[in-house]
Amino acid sequence: MTKGIVIEGLKKRYGTGDTLVDALKGVDMQVAPGEVVGLIGPSGSGKSTLLKCLGAVIEPSSGRMRLGNEIIYDDQWKIPDLRALRRDKIGFVFQAPYLIPFLDVIDNVALLPMLAGERNSIARKRAVELLEALDVGHRSKAMPSQLSGGEQQRVAIARALVNRPPVILADEPTAPLDSERALAVIGILNEMARQYETAIIIVTHDEKIIPTFKRIYHIRDGRTHEEVGEGKSSGELIKIDKR
Amino acid sequence: MISLAGRDIMHGWGRFLLTGVGLGLLIGVTLSMAGIYRGMVEDADVLLKNSGADLWVVQQGTLGPYAEPSSIYEDTYQGISGMQGVAKAANITYLTMQVRDNIREMRVMVVGVVPGGPGEPGQPDYLVAGRHITASHYEAVADIKAGFGLGDIITIRRNRFRIVGLSRRMVSSGGDPMVFIPLKDAQEAQFLKDNDALLQQRRRTTDNPLFNRPGVPGLLDAIIASQTTNMYVNAVLVQLKPGYRPEVVAKTIQRWKQLQVYTQPQMRSILVDKLIATSAKQIGMFLVILSIVSAAIVAFIIYTMTMAKIREIAVLKLIGTKNRVIASMIVQQALGLGAIGFVVGKIIATLWAPYFPRYVLLEPGDAIKGFIAVMVISVLASTLAIAAALRIDPAEAIGG
Repeated sequence: MTKGIVIEGLKKRYGTGDTLVDALKGVDMQVAPGEVVGLIGPSGSGKSTLLKCLGAVIEPSSGRMRLGNEIIYDDQWKIPDLRALRRDKIGFVFQAPYLIPFLDVIDNVALLPMLAGERNSIARKRAVELLEALDVGHRSKAMPSQLSGGEQQRVAIARALVNRPPVILADEPTAPLDSERALAVIGILNEMARQYETAIIIVTHDEKIIPTFKRIYHIRDGRTHEEVGEGKSSGELIKIDKR
Repeated sequence: MISLAGRDIMHGWGRFLLTGVGLGLLIGVTLSMAGIYRGMVEDADVLLKNSGADLWVVQQGTLGPYAEPSSIYEDTYQGISGMQGVAKAANITYLTMQVRDNIREMRVMVVGVVPGGPGEPGQPDYLVAGRHITASHYEAVADIKAGFGLGDIITIRRNRFRIVGLSRRMVSSGGDPMVFIPLKDAQEAQFLKDNDALLQQRRRTTDNPLFNRPGVPGLLDAIIASQTTNMYVNAVLVQLKPGYRPEVVAKTIQRWKQLQVYTQPQMRSILVDKLIATSAKQIGMFLVILSIVSAAIVAFIIYTMTMAKIREIAVLKLIGTKNRVIASMIVQQALGLGAIGFVVGKIIATLWAPYFPRYVLLEPGDAIKGFIAVMVISVLASTLAIAAALRIDPAEAIGG
């Protein structure tokens, strides 16, 4: 595997002494380029902590993380500029789209390449291409408040993809959407993963979309267990999760 | 790179503009306060300039005639007129009092001058309408700020005066418009007693055996006459011949006449440093307080605006926006707010300045200093919001 993300023995410990909590107790995970995997688990299982570690927002306590061919964490950060890492190598899609309300759709997407030092015209051109690919190109001049929930989530996906990151982390991206729109968003993420060779990890509780994953990681008590998801019903998968 | 601050401002421009207008009102008050101080200094300068004097001769040991009561004999000017270097010398009296026409009453500074034309010491330099006082009695020249018109009849004490001329920018250091009347009338107004008081004084004098001696006929009449005549003026204004140094002539008058003499710079110092010093300090305190209030308001507004964008800032940080970009966005918004506030404040201060009872002088230099101060205050006020924004954890965007 030359791209994608590989996590080995990732641990995260909060607090000290009596308040010590082992949120992650040795997570192993591997997502290939172009692959979309689900990450499910009950509340307090460590999903958010794992996502924050993967997103270089908090520092793990130990373990190893590799993005493509680059080791980004090996018991300590190996990348000096985590901000640049997040900007260039990781895309984020949140439960709510969290678009910047004072920027129009095109600039919401073009902002990332602009922050990376890309010229405005080139950044906007890339944004338009992605918005059109996601079927919201006609709303590129609209403000976020003028978009429907589904449109906003597509714009958020475009924003996550615009810098062509090797990995996208999606936190409950379909939670506010109805079944039809939720499946459409997952369809788009699958398509984008294939098209841009991006590894996508989707944290979800959404029973509608769980059966669509080929592979699922269950996280429980700070440890992950891999499960082949395709062909299983959401009920079965959740049952596995609750075991 | 697009301007995040600019886009945010444009997105909520109505709210931003209204906030700026609110701040502008406060800045307008601040600029007006500075203008009032400048106006007071300008009034003092105009008062000195329009008096047409190079030297002020006043009672020894006093700061008169504007700052302290001063009383010197009315014939003093004759001796001064003959001294070396003196071109003209003229008596003058000043008294602040209420004058009234048929309709209203007005507080003015009555100036008693020797009738004459422009260029005479004490006379208004130029008139906007009418003529100077030529009669020895019952004519007046009023500053237009007093609101009287040509031909109006005003009453000062028991006498009535016809307005024959109108001057401009002739006000006292207290901002009261000046009304010029003939010197004799002013002297009378200064010491005039009512009829009952006069009768009582005469009776007392008559009853005093020292003044009413049978063997000295005419003594009582002479004493009564001296009691009802005012032979004093407040000051003598002196104009010098070309080529004479005011300090030298002042020293000569001081030595020979046993009087206090002030040159223009000394009199300016009395007016500015002593007479309006308390007002200046008062205004200075107001300026400091208003600056602090403005800073607090800008800080509060910018802080509130920033805190309303916690999630957006967390997202911006998560997707890799540098702290410098976020700080710059907040500073630009603070500067934008300050700039709107300043423009609104300047316009408002200019519009309402003529309606102030005192002269308000809005100097361009003060406006530039004010603008710089507003910008500095805005930047300082934004530090609170910047500190809060930089503390926002990008993890807040992920939640959990």
